[in-house]
Amino acid sequence: MGHAKLPRKSTNIDMTAMCDVAFLLLTFFMLATKFKPDEPVVVKTPKSVSEIIIPDADIMLITVDPTGKIFFSIDNKLKRKELIDELSSQKSLNLSESEKTAFALGSSMGYPFSQLKSFLGATPDEQKVMEEKATGIPADTAINIPTNELGVWIDIARHTNPKLRICIKADGGVSFPNFQKVIKTLEGEKVFKFNLITDLEAVPMGTDAYIAKYGKGTK
Amino acid sequence: MAELDTSSGGGHKKGPGVKKGKKLSTRIDLTPMVDLGFLLITFFMYTTTMQKPKTMEINMPYKDDIIKPEDQNKVKNSVALTVLLSKNHRIYYYEGIGDDPTKPPELKSTQYDTKNNVDAELRKEIISKKSKVADMKHRGELTAKDEITVLIKPDSTSSYADLVYLLDEMIINDVKTYAIIDITEVDRDFIKATEEANPGK
Repeated sequence: MGHAKLPRKSTNIDMTAMCDVAFLLLTFFMLATKFKPDEPVVVKTPKSVSEIIIPDADIMLITVDPTGKIFFSIDNKLKRKELIDELSSQKSLNLSESEKTAFALGSSMGYPFSQLKSFLGATPDEQKVMEEKATGIPADTAINIPTNELGVWIDIARHTNPKLRICIKADGGVSFPNFQKVIKTLEGEKVFKFNLITDLEAVPMGTDAYIAKYGKGTK
Repeated sequence: MAELDTSSGGGHKKGPGVKKGKKLSTRIDLTPMVDLGFLLITFFMYTTTMQKPKTMEINMPYKDDIIKPEDQNKVKNSVALTVLLSKNHRIYYYEGIGDDPTKPPELKSTQYDTKNNVDAELRKEIISKKSKVADMKHRGELTAKDEITVLIKPDSTSSYADLVYLLDEMIINDVKTYAIIDITEVDRDFIKATEEANPGK
């Protein structure tokens, strides 16, 4: 009885190759990653065909949430420290060194000067709770009045870092008067050029921008 | 690769007098390591922001008290298209700058479709205005420097999305000169009159 014996194969798979791939991908993601910045509010930006990429450094970000609350932040911890030092002395807020460090390490700021000290003095857990009830930075269409605190922030931030590029990230549902407060304040600070952060959408076919980009002959 | 084979202990003597040490396999099971690797990959994939947000650049007209009104550039009536933004994504537009109260411009209105982010009527109007300006240039009624100018006037009931939509429309239709201007009392009256004329809209 010629019965061919099949050699029994082991079910153990060599995992080495898979391990290699896994770690290769892991290395890629670790190097390519840039963590999502902490955002105080959820903002859904409107769409546009504009493709200008936001720069990496030297950004001043003004966030406006759907109810019109304004949040302010700049990048770079050292510059943030300088900013809060300057602000504290200019507005005599009497911030302690640890409160200033809390600001430097924190994210967007959405409090009037009067509440700044109590917010920065709070523990991170308390801050989380407080953040939900943040009132936003007071702003107005007129500059150089005490109620326009956004103007003060912008002014000092531009002193600490003159290279700052100003980006406005506003929700599509923000009413125009609320948005106008921001642009009027910027105008008052002699800023006439700024960027609006938008979502990318495709250029509609057949329009001038489409022709300029893809030429007439394409589909 | 990762499994080093050390089992062949080449030069050992074999025989009854030699005690055999128990041979341990040096094969390591790599499955947990792969698990860990993929877990971390998943974590990084979720937290990462691959695509940076895009921005739209706008230049506001330079404003300073030093500049006298007579030194400022006046927009020619014939190249201007005024767009008024109002509530519920309603857009009113007319040709010219509408500064002459005795000759009220013909106001047209459209509704901007928020779902598809498009307003075909307005786009058509911008394109036709562009060709009109080009024709006038051709006939020598305008100088080569004249360009179509769109004046965007959002009123207090409009939203930021409408404004961005309109700025986007400027990019789409390749309109070089446009400006966001404060709405005037005259324009407000135009909107009011149109609203009253078309109740229920």
